[in-house]
Amino acid sequence: MRVVRLRQRSVAPILLCLAVLAAPAPAAAQDARVEAAKKEGKVVWYTSLALTSAEKVAKLFEAAYPGIKVEVQRTGSQRILQRVMQELQANIKNVDVIHTSDAGHYVFLKDKKLLMKYTPAGVDRFASSFKDKDGYHYGLRATVNVIAYNTKAVSAAEAPRTWKDLLDPKWKGKLVTAHPGYSGVIATHVLALVHLHGWDYFKQLAQSKPMLVQSAVDPSGVVASGERTVAVNGGDYTFYQIKKKGNPVEIVFPKEGVPLVISPTAIATFAPHPNAARLFTDFIFSREVQQVLADTEGLYTGHPEVTYPADRPKLSELKLLLVDPEELEKRNEEIKTRFVEFFGA
Amino acid sequence: MPRELTAPLRPRPSRLEGLDRAAPVWIVAAAALLLLMLLPLAWLGYLSVSGERGFTLAHYARVFTDPRFQKALWNTVVLAFWSGLLSLALGAPMAWLTARTDLPGKRIIRGLTLASFVTPPFLGAFAWVMLAGPNAGYLNKLYRGLTGAEEPLLNIFSMPGLIFVVALYTFPYVYIMIVNTLELIASDLEEAASILGANRLWVAVTVTLPMVAPAILSGFILSVLQALALFGSPAILALPAGFHTITTQIWALFQYPPKVEMAAAFSVPLLLATALLLFLQKRLLGRRGYAAVGGKGAQRRQIPLGLWRQPALLACLAVMACAIFLPYGILAKAAFSRAWAQPLTWDNLTLGNWSFTFLSISTQTAIVNTLELGILTACVGAGLAALLAYITNRQLIVGHQVLGFLALAPVVIPGVVLAVGLFIAYTRPPFLLYGTLWILFLAYLTKEMPVGYSQSDATFRGIHPELEEAGRILGAGRLRVLREITAPLARSGIIATWCFIFIGVIRELSASILLFTPNTKVMSVVIFDLKEEGQFGAIAVLGLFMLAVTFVTVVLMQTVLGRDVLGARPSGGAG
Repeated sequence: MRVVRLRQRSVAPILLCLAVLAAPAPAAAQDARVEAAKKEGKVVWYTSLALTSAEKVAKLFEAAYPGIKVEVQRTGSQRILQRVMQELQANIKNVDVIHTSDAGHYVFLKDKKLLMKYTPAGVDRFASSFKDKDGYHYGLRATVNVIAYNTKAVSAAEAPRTWKDLLDPKWKGKLVTAHPGYSGVIATHVLALVHLHGWDYFKQLAQSKPMLVQSAVDPSGVVASGERTVAVNGGDYTFYQIKKKGNPVEIVFPKEGVPLVISPTAIATFAPHPNAARLFTDFIFSREVQQVLADTEGLYTGHPEVTYPADRPKLSELKLLLVDPEELEKRNEEIKTRFVEFFGA
Repeated sequence: MPRELTAPLRPRPSRLEGLDRAAPVWIVAAAALLLLMLLPLAWLGYLSVSGERGFTLAHYARVFTDPRFQKALWNTVVLAFWSGLLSLALGAPMAWLTARTDLPGKRIIRGLTLASFVTPPFLGAFAWVMLAGPNAGYLNKLYRGLTGAEEPLLNIFSMPGLIFVVALYTFPYVYIMIVNTLELIASDLEEAASILGANRLWVAVTVTLPMVAPAILSGFILSVLQALALFGSPAILALPAGFHTITTQIWALFQYPPKVEMAAAFSVPLLLATALLLFLQKRLLGRRGYAAVGGKGAQRRQIPLGLWRQPALLACLAVMACAIFLPYGILAKAAFSRAWAQPLTWDNLTLGNWSFTFLSISTQTAIVNTLELGILTACVGAGLAALLAYITNRQLIVGHQVLGFLALAPVVIPGVVLAVGLFIAYTRPPFLLYGTLWILFLAYLTKEMPVGYSQSDATFRGIHPELEEAGRILGAGRLRVLREITAPLARSGIIATWCFIFIGVIRELSASILLFTPNTKVMSVVIFDLKEEGQFGAIAVLGLFMLAVTFVTVVLMQTVLGRDVLGARPSGGAG
């Protein structure tokens, strides 16, 4: 007690000074921001984050700022870009915050001057790969692409350990892959593996006739249900979540390296609710939300203070395959076309 | 189905008589219809031949030479042909059994066919993923459990699987065609043949079959048309297997950057194929020269099935199990399961899917949108259809035949094609409707017009002009006659039209999928979105909700009509 009192006594004047000098101003500014956002009433978030995760983030925000709704529009990365552009063409201004898993989109959108320059609070301390040097977009979350298998159908001993293991003909009719024409996570994955093993890898993989699903979220469900026993890609957070729910799913981090997907978020220049958009963007980069993403959703983040569950590998323990966003943007069409050529649809 | 558009042999009222105060109403209705139809199609045609430097046929050349597109074309042909044939194989015997024999439980079979008819095909496809997915599918698990086999019994993600599922929901078209014809055929000829010593089978083959042949062929064509236009079932079953049909390929062409010109060029062959088939079908029906068909009040004797009664009933029930019992059962189970592929134990039991689905804002928006659109389209559509049918039946304006033709014409436009046309027409000035519910409204209104029109047409044909003329003679104006004589008589027919359109809108996917924006999502699109994340529980919940709304509407319609809905022939509109 004494110690505490002493400390309080010694700290109190300083705090008081600080409070007098600094606190009222930001607090008032903050209040004004919140008021402005409340007047707008909502923020429209086009996101490629798995629906359940996205809704969780939205609920957290709505709880923190009552009176401001988050309208979650979740779909695949490629379709988000398609919608944004299609809506613009028809002169529809609907989206406030754009979040996809295709870093190439942000090269494209920035180029078209569709992104608002905005630096969320505290994001300057993030790892550099999570930051746009010009301050237009920041990595909200990261996931790595992994292999996963159904433990009821495949034993640990026979499970594939590398990307190349998947080419074994014994997996014929047992694989599932998501689609780069829909998912930014998968577009990144395909490009990274093309760098690693060439297009030939995918040509061979296609011989096993994998089931084609759309979203990088979908393979987790397919494997959990046992419809296919091995997922040849997919965001690891989706497998982590489904495994946590008690499904017989195990994740493999191939030693050749795992494609790292950093998913940026940005505010549209034409955002109809710009204040709410900025408030929301600050909020999702706050330590609390980033910690939630890491804890319950199984994602990685750029926040330096975020801790990860013990059952997650550290990013530093993994060999990460990085993809240059500029290249991803340039080769997106090629990736889609060749994938369709090999896999059929 | 579309009736012959030649003027009926009825004394023609003088045209001047028609040109009274109501004339502007007729003219506006006609103009609206013209605009509704022609604008999107004109744009579609225009864009399909426009390149960067003016006119080009390059898009068409690519459609027919690019191996990817060729494959999609071929797959569509295969799918349409075989599902048409399979629909025939399922629908025709069942129609004969329920119309002509002493099969037990005929009413039930008929009711179940109706249920299959109103089930959105994409929901059936979902259910069949859970039933016959090669590894996790219930039937395959059961089969493996029973036989110890390694290989799956069924693989729904395949062309045969797709054909099967499509046929399950298109065979009612064949069934209805044939049942309606069989019920018009008197059994005198059959009896005559029996008396002359032919056995039952021989009678069926030599006497009955030729009489229903046009109905059989035309039912076949109808189900081929359904299969051609379907988007949902191929998207759910063909894409995972790695193949496209025309509709899914058109949809894929809208990925960013959208290749709208290619989509337009790919739409045209589908449009032409549909038009050609419908033309054939009309010719077939129009040429119905059998004196025995169409007789009223003739005696129809039931053919005793004898020992075959039970097996025949079992066969019918087996088909219904595939179309109704199993799919609905698995949807119900998935709706209450945490993991759909696991047995329904206490651990796996949850109401979470229901709260997740109904508490989600995007689902709520979609439900509201769907119901709003359904009601609005049904009201406007039934009104417009009634007006048009009245005009054409009473020959109120010059060129009324053209009106009738225009009202029926959208039946040749598959949903996806219509959507491409609307997308092109209404994403640019002067009509910027993309992003609003209005573009969906226009799509639905156009798409449902043939159903609405043929329904209304039948209604007004049943109301004799004499009654109206009596009113006119006594000094009432045409509008007053319409209000006090015609409208009350037409009421139940118009309500039925309303219900048909409403059901059509509620389940629509193939046009919606290209036209929605996040604010204008409808239920079918939400279901499709959820599929992309493998949210089977939520899909099941929403699907069951959609079915419930549909069945309530059907029951309402049955009550109003006081008869079986299947008595009226359906046309157009695949889901």
